[in-house]
Amino acid sequence: MPVQVKGEVLSVKPIGDYYSMTVVASGIAEITRPGQFIAVAVGGDDGGMLLRRAFSIYSVRETGVYGGTVEFIFSVTGRGTAWLSRQRPYDPIDVVGPLGRPFALPREPANCVLVGGGYGSAPLFLLADALRTRGCRVDAVLGASTGDRLFGALDAKRMAASVAFTTDDGSYGEKGRVTDVLPEVIDRVHADVVYACGPMAMLEGVQRVAGAAYGGAGIPAQLAVEESMACGVGVCMTCVLPVIGSDDNTRMVRSCVDGPVFAGDRIRWDALGSIPDDAIGSGVEVQKK
Amino acid sequence: MGDVSVTIRQDIGKPRHVSVDMTTSLGPLVVNDPVFTASGCAAAGQELAAFNDLTAIGGVVTKSIQLRPRAGRATPRMAETPSGMLNSIGLQGPGIDVFIKRDLAWLEEHEVTAVVSIAGSSVDDYAKLAGKLRGKPLGMIEVNISCPNVEDRGQVFACDRNAAAAVVSAVRRAAPSGVPVFAKLSPDVTNIVDIAKACVDAGATGLSLINTTLGMVIDTTTMRPILAGVTGGLSGPAIRPMALRCVWQVHEALPEVPIFGIGGIRTGLDAFQFILAGASAVQVGTVIFNDPGAPSRISRELREVLASRGLNSLEQAIGMGHREPETIIPEDPEPPGAEDLDIELGVDADEPAPVETVYIAPDVDEVFDIAAEDA
Ligand SMILES: Cc1cc2nc3c(=O)[nH]c(=O)nc-3n(C[C@H](O)[C@H](O)[C@H](O)COP(=O)(O)O)c2cc1C
Ligand code: FES
Repeated sequence: MPVQVKGEVLSVKPIGDYYSMTVVASGIAEITRPGQFIAVAVGGDDGGMLLRRAFSIYSVRETGVYGGTVEFIFSVTGRGTAWLSRQRPYDPIDVVGPLGRPFALPREPANCVLVGGGYGSAPLFLLADALRTRGCRVDAVLGASTGDRLFGALDAKRMAASVAFTTDDGSYGEKGRVTDVLPEVIDRVHADVVYACGPMAMLEGVQRVAGAAYGGAGIPAQLAVEESMACGVGVCMTCVLPVIGSDDNTRMVRSCVDGPVFAGDRIRWDALGSIPDDAIGSGVEVQKK
Repeated sequence: MGDVSVTIRQDIGKPRHVSVDMTTSLGPLVVNDPVFTASGCAAAGQELAAFNDLTAIGGVVTKSIQLRPRAGRATPRMAETPSGMLNSIGLQGPGIDVFIKRDLAWLEEHEVTAVVSIAGSSVDDYAKLAGKLRGKPLGMIEVNISCPNVEDRGQVFACDRNAAAAVVSAVRRAAPSGVPVFAKLSPDVTNIVDIAKACVDAGATGLSLINTTLGMVIDTTTMRPILAGVTGGLSGPAIRPMALRCVWQVHEALPEVPIFGIGGIRTGLDAFQFILAGASAVQVGTVIFNDPGAPSRISRELREVLASRGLNSLEQAIGMGHREPETIIPEDPEPPGAEDLDIELGVDADEPAPVETVYIAPDVDEVFDIAAEDA
C-alpha cells in the first residue's frame, strides 16, 4: 500500500542537464521495488499547481540519520519542476509512494539488458541491484540526445558487465539511437530479457528489437512507460493507454496502477494516443470471445 | 513576545477532539459527516482507502457509470491550468453490470456509503440504469445530466430545462423507492435556478452543484489544442467562486431543497463557505489529485472551523450566510496581539478568518467539550 508522507528535502543537486532530489520520507523506502514511482506535490499548499509530478524512484535508503530517504531525478520542463529545483534542504515536501507495478524479475538467473533513454535510466539502477542479487548478468545501453543528457554513466559502468552509450549528436559514445546498438548487445550477451525506461518512441523501438531477437524468436521486454498523470493513484483515468489483456481483448488501462511497467508485447503501439476500434467500450468494437 | 504568541496560536490551531455534531440530511439519507468524494475523482473508492477512512466521511460518489463499457476519449485527456485543470475523460468505465458486481459490492463490504452517479445518452438509458439499481446497496443516485442527448442532436440535458426534467422524472420513476435522487447541474447555463426548479419539480430530492465548466488550452509550441477532445471540463479552486454563487442562488430560491456543494473545495474553510451558502454537504474532487488524503483532512478541518466559531452542529450553519449575523459575532474584541500573530505566521489577509485567529469564547469547555471527549 502506498503512503502519503509530509517529508522534508534533504538535498537538491544538479547532475548534467538534470537535478537529483533526495527527500526524507519514511515509510516509502522500506517497501519500494524497482520500477515504482513517487508522486510529488509542487508549489506549496496554497499554490496554483494542483497536479502532482510523478518520478521514477532512483535510489532509496531505508535508514539513515534522518530516517528513510528517496532519491529521484528530474529535468526542468515547466513551472512544477522549476519549483522543485528551487527547493532547499529542510523545505517541506509532500510525497506519495511507492506507486505502480514494479518490474517483474526472472525467477532463475538470466542475462538481462537494461536500456535507458535520458533520465529514464533512473529506475534501472535499483533494478540492476535486484537482478544481481538474484545472480543475473546485467548489461546496459544508455542513450540520450547529447552527452549532458545521459544519466547514470558512472553507476552503469560500476554495476553492469558492459555498457554501450549512444547520443544523437555523437557527443558521447556512439552516434545514433539505443536501438542501433541493442541487437548486437542482445546477441553478444545471449540476453534472455530486456528492461527499458524512457520516452515512448524509444520504448516502441526497444520492443521492436526485442520482438525480433534471435531471428524472430523474440525475448520478453519489460517496459516502464511515461504517460502524463494527474493523480498517480488510479482515480482520475487520465493516464490510460491501450493494452492487450490475457483474454486477448484491448482495454484502456491506467499506467499509474496497472503500469508503469508493462510487457512490451501487450502495448498497442499502433494505437497510442487513440482508442482503437477493437478496444472494449470503443463503441465500435467487435469483441473477441 | 513572538515565541509566546506562537505557542498560543499553535495550541488553538491544533487538531483536537471537538464535539460538533456533523450529521447532515440529504433527503432521507442521513450521514454522520458532510464530506463526500466527487464523481470521477475517486473512481469507486478502493484506491483512496489507502489514504482515508472512507467509513468516517460522508461517502463516495462513484465515477458516472453507463449501461455499457466505455473506453472514453483519446489522450491527452488532461491539462493543468491556473488553480485548476481541464479534463476530457469521456466517462471511461466498465458498464453498470460489472460496476454493481465489483465496485458496489466492494463499497458495501467495506461499509462505505455509496452515491451512484449515472450517465446516459438518452432518457431511456437513464431509466434503465436507475432500474438496475433496485435492491442494490446504495445511499443515493446522482444523475449526471451534463451529457449529450443523442436524440436531440447532442444537446446537453443539463442545458435544457425540459430535457433535464425528463431525465430526472424517468430516473425517479425507475429508481428504488426511498433512495434519494440528486440531479447534478452544469454551470454552463443562463439561469441555473430555472434548471434547478425544473429538476425539483420533476422529482429530484436534491441538487449537486456544480459539474465542471467548459474550457480549453492551446499548446503554443504545436499551436494546437492540448486536449485530444479540444475542449474539457474545468475544475479546481479556479471555479470555486462560480460554484459558490450557484449554490447561493439555488438555496435562496429553493431553501428547502438539500444541496451538495461542489467546486474547488481544498480546505475545511472552503467547505464552510459552501455550507454557509446553503449546501447541506460537500463533495471534493480535483483536490484529491493534489492530496489523496484530502477527504479526511477536509472533514477534520471543517469540524474545527465549526467548533472555533462556537457552532456545535453542522446543521445550524447550513445557509447561515444568508441570515443576519447577530448570533455569530463575538461581543468581545479580538484578544490583544492577534494582529502581530497573523503577520508572524504569514496568514493570508484575504482569506476568511482561519481557525487560529478566531475569537475563542471564554467558556472554552462549552465550545470544545474537552471534558466530555476525554472521558
Ligand atoms: C478528472 C475528472 C473526472 C470527472 N468525472 C466526472 C464524472 O464522471 N461525473 C460527474 O458527474 N462529474 C465528473 N467530474 C466533475 C466533478 O465531480 C466535480 O463536479 C468538478 O470537478 C468540480 O469539483 P472540483 O473542483 O472539486 O473538482 C469530473 C472531474 C474531474 C476533474
Ligand atoms: S494518473 Fe490518475 S488514474 Fe492514473
